[in-house]
Amino acid sequence: MLRTTAAIVAGKAARLAARRRGGGGSAFPGLVAERVDPRFLAHTLSRLPDGIVVVSGTNGKTTTTKMLAAVIAAHGKKVFTNPTGSNFTRGVISSMLPEIPVSGRLDADIAVLELDEWHALQFAAVVAPTHALLLNVARDQLDRFAEIDTTAKLLAQLAAKTTQCVVLNRDDSFVAKIAADVADRDVRYFGTDPQAADRVPALQEADVRSSDDFTPPHPTPRDGLLHPHDARSFSVRFGEQILGGATLQQRGLAAMINATAAVTMAKAVLGESFHKGIAAAALREVAPPFGRGEVIDADGAPLELVLVKNPAGFTVALDTYGDEPVTTMIAINDDYADGQDVSWLYDVSFASLRQSGVALVSGVRAYDMALRLDYDDVAVTEIELDLDAALGRLLTAYAGRPTRIFCTYTAMMALRRTLAARFGLPDFGEEGA
Amino acid sequence: MTSQGEIHLVHLYPREMSIYGDLGNTRCLASRIRRHGYDCVVHDHHPGMPFPETAHLLVGGGGQDSGQTRVEEDLRVIGPRLRSLAAEGAAMLMICGMYQMFGHTFITHDGVEVEGLGILDVTTRGQSRRMIGGVVLETAWGQVVGFENHSGATVLGSGQEAFGTVTVGHGNDGSSGTEGARAANVIGSYLHGPLLPANPAVADALIAAAVERATGRAFEPGGLDDSLATEARTRQIARLLRR
Repeated sequence: MLRTTAAIVAGKAARLAARRRGGGGSAFPGLVAERVDPRFLAHTLSRLPDGIVVVSGTNGKTTTTKMLAAVIAAHGKKVFTNPTGSNFTRGVISSMLPEIPVSGRLDADIAVLELDEWHALQFAAVVAPTHALLLNVARDQLDRFAEIDTTAKLLAQLAAKTTQCVVLNRDDSFVAKIAADVADRDVRYFGTDPQAADRVPALQEADVRSSDDFTPPHPTPRDGLLHPHDARSFSVRFGEQILGGATLQQRGLAAMINATAAVTMAKAVLGESFHKGIAAAALREVAPPFGRGEVIDADGAPLELVLVKNPAGFTVALDTYGDEPVTTMIAINDDYADGQDVSWLYDVSFASLRQSGVALVSGVRAYDMALRLDYDDVAVTEIELDLDAALGRLLTAYAGRPTRIFCTYTAMMALRRTLAARFGLPDFGEEGA
Repeated sequence: MTSQGEIHLVHLYPREMSIYGDLGNTRCLASRIRRHGYDCVVHDHHPGMPFPETAHLLVGGGGQDSGQTRVEEDLRVIGPRLRSLAAEGAAMLMICGMYQMFGHTFITHDGVEVEGLGILDVTTRGQSRRMIGGVVLETAWGQVVGFENHSGATVLGSGQEAFGTVTVGHGNDGSSGTEGARAANVIGSYLHGPLLPANPAVADALIAAAVERATGRAFEPGGLDDSLATEARTRQIARLLRR
């Protein structure tokens, strides 16, 4: 315990130092605390009365975590979460540091944590989650996880370490079949109603799933099924119980599926005290997380920042936004967090951008992106590798017009920082505070 | 403009063996063939389907181990056809998993031996360590850039020519300094990226062979503007050489 106290003190100091320097990585203070006490997380999290929920999968972690935390908090629970999208264990510790007194007792009823597939497992080796919400498996950063099958196995191992309840995606056979490994746990599913199922393949990359896979059982009243109404409103059916007329600030089917996942898990966590009216009201208030469909007021014109990090995500983003053509910029970096292999750009069709073209292409792999667009006959007006210069150009040459930037992770972080300084937006660490 | 001829391009197993953007090679070839003034018919060949009657240019990609298992049975069926096409001079580009299957044998990490087609004189052994990262090669078509991600270590037979020699990266096995293999108009390689869009000289070499086979005449290039590909390639090569 003394070690944990030392870790908190060291971590808090590192956090203060990083903030004085004006930013720094959000994971750095967590790294310091983890070095001082490797069992830091176990000591601080294991005493939460309502448990630890881990949200993992390839796409939608940040959005779903934010929705789930909001729905649980709206029911009167004190929720600890990692809202900055820093989904590595050190990021979790970093976000915890400002909230724990030196005694080491985190003042919360429940933790709702977003963790990427690999770090979720590292985390679970230290603290067993009580609940796991597993979203999907898609091609993402294959240079890190190597194979989709490997990623699916990581999620299965996470499920196996989860003590009480596992919520799975019915529509993703890689995720749904994990049920067979955790039969003694409370297994629930979320998914889309068959009427919307024809839109699901784009999200699920049916091509990499084998046909002889596990079929999930008939839905029960514990399983949430999505019924989309239009781009933002939908209902979720739990057997006879219907959570109706929900609306989101984010657009598109992917966000609604995330919301369905979140309410299915919220119902599992809250049990009898789950109230559909409270859940719907909470979802209405959830602003899109930074860079994930976030709309920034750029001197009176809306600028949308859309994170893209894999073929499924980019395809869904183009599908969601494609029917409202606006001035478009695409920024592609290839750092570790972006995925170093840009091959995935060739698994996305950019035909929907053909009519309006792309105003600017930026990022360290801008020429690869421009080349990709050329092969889809999409005209590119300008190539500017430097992100800030490209952003400046977008804001001056297209001033007053609605704009949209599709960007990989590190490009998004850099652009968001510049936009925050220019338009007085809150910093990453201050979101929801 | 009247077409100079019709090229039939076959993408082998686009569902099972196209995981790392290998579809980009097919998109690139089809698009360049048309821009050069030829017609292109693209056939997707899935396991169990009859193989297209006409095939001038074949493309295959990388898959997961599970994908590889699913295509093995079909490869046994169409194997004789693929071998005779290769012998007749059809152009082929086989990346990663399909490169391994075009060799004699693939021995998995657990020691299971999988019989390959034997079109390229190579043998591959699964390793526990993955070879991942950017690659720069010297090839017959100049410098080539790409990205490798494989756990199989491939050894070339004594007379087997490599696709290129490694300047940056691991290549076939991390020690021989060779990357890929090449026999007549068949190229095998581990390079994703995908390989062809940023290395159009390799794409056009494959197209030239396919055109000759399809039309009986020499390839007449259309004078394409490859400045974006040149920028993408040279910039990435410069970055990789600096590391």
